[in-house]
Amino acid sequence: MSRISAIRAMLAGAVLATAASAAAAQTPQRGGTMNIIISPEPPTLMLGINQTTPTAIVGGKIYESLLRYDFDLKPMPGLAKSWTVSPDGLTYTFKLQQGVKWHDGKPFTADDVVFSAKTYLTAVHPRSRPIFQRCEEISAPDPETVVFKLKGPFAPFIMAWEPSTAPIVPKHIYEGTDFRANPANNTPIGTGPFKLKEWVRGSHIHFVRNDDYWQKGKPYLDEIYYRVLPDASARVVAMETGQTHLSAFADIETFEVPRLKALPNLELTTKGYEYLAQIAWLDFNLRNPPFNDKRFRQAVYHAIDRNFMRDRIWFGLGKPATGPIHSSIPHYDANVPKYPFDPKKAEALLDAMGLKRGADGVRVKVTMESLPYGDVYVRAGEYIRQALGRVGIQVTLRSSDVATWGDRVRNWDYDMTLQVLSQLGHPALGVSRLYISSNIRKGVLFSNVNGYSNPRIDELFDKAAVTVDPVEAQKMYSEIQRILVDDVPVAWLLELDFPTFIDKRFRNVVTSAIGVRDNFADAYMVAK
Amino acid sequence: MDGFARRFARNKGAVVGLAVLLAVLAVAAFGPLVYPDSPWDMAGAPFRPPFGEHLLGTDTLGRDVAAGIVHGARVSLLIGFVATIVAVSVGVLVGAVAGYFGGRVDDALMRLTEFFQTIPSFVFAVVLVAIFTPGIGSIVVAIAVVSWPAVARLVRGEFLTLRTREFVQASVVLGRSSLHIIFVEILPNAVSPIIVSGSLMVATAILVESSLSFLGLGDPNMMSWGYMIGASRSVVRVAWWTSFFPGLAILLTVLALNLVGEGLADALNPRLSREGR
Repeated sequence: MSRISAIRAMLAGAVLATAASAAAAQTPQRGGTMNIIISPEPPTLMLGINQTTPTAIVGGKIYESLLRYDFDLKPMPGLAKSWTVSPDGLTYTFKLQQGVKWHDGKPFTADDVVFSAKTYLTAVHPRSRPIFQRCEEISAPDPETVVFKLKGPFAPFIMAWEPSTAPIVPKHIYEGTDFRANPANNTPIGTGPFKLKEWVRGSHIHFVRNDDYWQKGKPYLDEIYYRVLPDASARVVAMETGQTHLSAFADIETFEVPRLKALPNLELTTKGYEYLAQIAWLDFNLRNPPFNDKRFRQAVYHAIDRNFMRDRIWFGLGKPATGPIHSSIPHYDANVPKYPFDPKKAEALLDAMGLKRGADGVRVKVTMESLPYGDVYVRAGEYIRQALGRVGIQVTLRSSDVATWGDRVRNWDYDMTLQVLSQLGHPALGVSRLYISSNIRKGVLFSNVNGYSNPRIDELFDKAAVTVDPVEAQKMYSEIQRILVDDVPVAWLLELDFPTFIDKRFRNVVTSAIGVRDNFADAYMVAK
Repeated sequence: MDGFARRFARNKGAVVGLAVLLAVLAVAAFGPLVYPDSPWDMAGAPFRPPFGEHLLGTDTLGRDVAAGIVHGARVSLLIGFVATIVAVSVGVLVGAVAGYFGGRVDDALMRLTEFFQTIPSFVFAVVLVAIFTPGIGSIVVAIAVVSWPAVARLVRGEFLTLRTREFVQASVVLGRSSLHIIFVEILPNAVSPIIVSGSLMVATAILVESSLSFLGLGDPNMMSWGYMIGASRSVVRVAWWTSFFPGLAILLTVLALNLVGEGLADALNPRLSREGR
């Protein structure tokens, strides 16, 4: 063989090898250990009792629910392989997967689902209690079928089946015990792809592969370590150096995102938060003048440059919100009145109200609570103060700790404040609570604190939640959005994006609308 | 007075310190004429480097760093001086009464003073500001509350020695009131150490205010140097100037106050300082 042909052969071999490794990268491989940042450390792994984000992230590997949701929030099979909804919207029938076993080897049956929904969750889970109390009857006609009969139609029922809303717990361990004090809470038994091996408090949580997992061949990873890293700069270094392979939510502070994004070993995604769908908004106390005047609220909305906030304060993460419903929620409607950044229009509205500039250029003085959720919200408050100052609204900021902020807001002792909340997959679960007048409850945070009351909105929200026909329901949700955006009960600022950084050696990590809180049965590591 | 100025001028550091301090005072007094707009306003594009369109660059929201320093000088000096005046007033009163009357009054007042001295002062200030809602008033009060005990002990010591001097005894014999003796006879003779410690206390007060603002416990409506550093700490890799210049301002001001304080000590206590050399 001549030299040239030898080189050719080598080149061809190299090409083939590259092609082979590319093909290998497409098919998931067994093996590998994933190190994941967790901060703060979860108080427990028992998802039924505690639904904070860290618990949901770690507990989501142990506990599963009947369904999963894709990025468009369409249901996918989970512990249920199929499901049907009766035409009147009253009966939900789930067919369960076969061959599912609990981590202790006992078989999983329909009785476990009935026990979880009927007895366990209604006793301990604040968010799913009102959902399952809508059931007239929950029954298991055979070990692989569960039937939920509702008292009345409730469209969001199909959205309740992710692990932090409806974790399925083992009946044989919890029945007849004190659910909160059961020692099994420390040694959680679920159906998920990973089993808890060891939890060293303050250091790490160690998971090993569940060899009896009901999806044959999965999970691909052998082990998962959740590393407790309370220090923000330590988390950045851990991701930079590849010591950890995954960060999510607020693990990496926004100002570090542009730098980490440029690193060759990391991939940034903002997918996987569709179910939570957080919106940040400026809340007005409608009881206090001049906030009771719609024109004033519209003027404030026009005076704020939401693109500036996104680019300069959130470092490009997120997108300007256009109304009460997050655009990742299927009921979102973009066809609503628009409030572009327009200080001149804001001034015209204020003039029309009769709020003229005084000798010092000030039309009116108001106060604003500084939201104590960290630097980003402090900057946002400062920006809003200056932006409103330019149109003659003098804002005085009040700073406080989280508890004081909560006390002031829930007791209606504020003019304006920033707020952030999740929408939980459906307007009836996460949106209506902020605007319906029956939820004006003094002393309750995240209720309708600003006192918005509109009989038409109450009626539409009530009707839409029980309407079975999706087209009819959508009409109502569209009308709700048009009325609310015209009224501006609050000024919706930003749909928040969280940065998830994934080490490029890992694939299929974020595969559903609950992102890193999902069970990671599909995640795999590419061989070097 | 001539002798005083000469003695002060002999300390080169003090002269430099005085010059820097006068410059800072001038910036605080006249700077806002150059930067009339609010230092919180977005003056231009964010993260502009210094020595371009904006003398000291702009920060994360496009706020002018130079404007912040100029307006921050007012806040820092105001808080430094007001807090010191309050602390010195309280300290002098407590120390004078304790030192002059002695006995049980002294015991009671000194136990109270020690009570305040045993609490770590910065932690105490943080707690006070957090309780009373961050604002310029609560910051002044907090700094004064943690600073007066040192003055009280100093003044008490001075009063204890001066109390036994002949001119005081003469006043007692003449039938002067205690009030007269304390404020007219003794206090003027104890004023030098008070001035020296007061000037150093201004520097400490500025540092405490900056630290509080750095932690986010400053007045949210007042621009201050400590706030500027705290707010820019997160972007120090991207825009060093946003925290460097306010830091420099604090360093220079506090250093100048310390130098001036030393110079005053030399000038007011010629014998002590000459022995020290």
